[in-house]
Amino acid sequence: MKLFKCPINGVRPLSEFVYGGAYRTMPDHETSTDSQWAAYVHYRDNAPSIKKEWWYHGPSGTWFIAERNTLTDEVQDSYLFNKFVDLESAK
Amino acid sequence: MPYKLLKFALGREFNEPRYFTDVQTPKKSYDVVIIGGGGHGLAAAYYLAKEHGITNVAVLERGYIGGGNTGRNTTIVRSNYLTPEGVEFYDASVKMFEGLSEELDINLFYSTRGHFTLAHSESSMRTMRWRAEVNKHVGVDSRVVGRDEIAQACPQMDLDCSGQAPIEGALFHNPGSVARHDAVAWGYARGAARLGVDIIQMTEVQDIDIKNNKVQGVKTSKGYISTGKVLSAVAGFTPRITKMVDIQTPITIHPLQACVSEPMKPWLDTIIVSGSLHVYVSQSSRGELVMGSSLDPYELHSTRSSFDFVEGLTSHIVDMFPFLSNVKVVRQWAGMADLTPDFAPIMGKTEIEGFYLDAGWGTWGFKATPISGKTMAATIANDKAHDLIHSFRLSRFEDYELTGEKGAASVGH
Repeated sequence: MKLFKCPINGVRPLSEFVYGGAYRTMPDHETSTDSQWAAYVHYRDNAPSIKKEWWYHGPSGTWFIAERNTLTDEVQDSYLFNKFVDLESAK
Repeated sequence: MPYKLLKFALGREFNEPRYFTDVQTPKKSYDVVIIGGGGHGLAAAYYLAKEHGITNVAVLERGYIGGGNTGRNTTIVRSNYLTPEGVEFYDASVKMFEGLSEELDINLFYSTRGHFTLAHSESSMRTMRWRAEVNKHVGVDSRVVGRDEIAQACPQMDLDCSGQAPIEGALFHNPGSVARHDAVAWGYARGAARLGVDIIQMTEVQDIDIKNNKVQGVKTSKGYISTGKVLSAVAGFTPRITKMVDIQTPITIHPLQACVSEPMKPWLDTIIVSGSLHVYVSQSSRGELVMGSSLDPYELHSTRSSFDFVEGLTSHIVDMFPFLSNVKVVRQWAGMADLTPDFAPIMGKTEIEGFYLDAGWGTWGFKATPISGKTMAATIANDKAHDLIHSFRLSRFEDYELTGEKGAASVGH
């Protein structure tokens, strides 16, 4: 992967982007057990798959979500977070 | 000797023994199945057979032996770590390496060069002093040195790094060495095979059979093998194996790249590492500079290499050694590094009976090959974690009892 599609600025070189890690949901700290919380802090879904990840476009200061195959390094789609919320709630 | 060679050349039979029997078909059942024919897996097989008398062992390798991270690292062996547990563990490994050529009857080209970790700022000098004191306390030969001593050991280096990052001092680690990494895998393979271990290449593990929280066997591309004990020693493939048995780990996979230059006359006697410039470099016994850098910045399960890497690495190498600007890079490659959040490995038993893990070796696995083999063999034979690896257990994450080694990683990842 050498090019990346920013949802606002279109296709840009990869060097303009910063990886922000996979999107993860935080358990409720009031109700979760110690081991659930430890799992959230440390453990990762780490086998290769198509993942929803945070990425940041540096020059324009845009955080967004990208769907990337971590085995082949192909980005299938990228969109802003509000679209991600819509997609998740539509499920 | 020349006469023997002549006779051999003119003879009709070339009966030079193979390194190990190339077993094509696995048996129906083994006492222990080791997944991964790299240095760690083969060393574990060797010590299981040699020290614990367990010889009904299979090493399953999906490609060829030593073709993964064992053959992709920059071959540096050192023990100048940060935590006392880490220093003790890696020191035991260095001591084993020193006698390993003899034990395995193979020339590992083990060459003690001395190892400089350069500090370009006051804060990294502080970490170097910390490491030196921990090392001395455990009995490892490391000390902080000034610019003059670095200049004496490596007069070719520009100590101001083109004015970009002047060197203030360094951590000097006397036992720092390099070795021929393929030979380590081949030596252990031959040693294990002679004791009765089956090494089966081109065999992929597809699933692990577990009943009542106990290992029953493994499903492979060459059929089902029943066994009560499985060791996973697969480095960058660890998440794919732990997914089969449904164990969660904090491991993340990032490519780690390295390259070599064209061969030169010997000029670099020591091993030079700079955390700030993201460089480690040594000269191999055939004259090539072996160079590595920091990890790729995002998760990827691939061994592709990139131009960005060579561009970034060589610009820093030229800052340190301006006269290398006309030297060519002849090969570059990548391995999949299985990183942990505290930069210490994950070793020992797991919540599944009979499933053992030797993983989380990120960028620091090669130097630990002998000791990891020895301690994992003891752990499997006794079904109890060896004392040296207690701090590396998987459950340390749930206990919030991490073994912080990031300050001893060769470059600031």
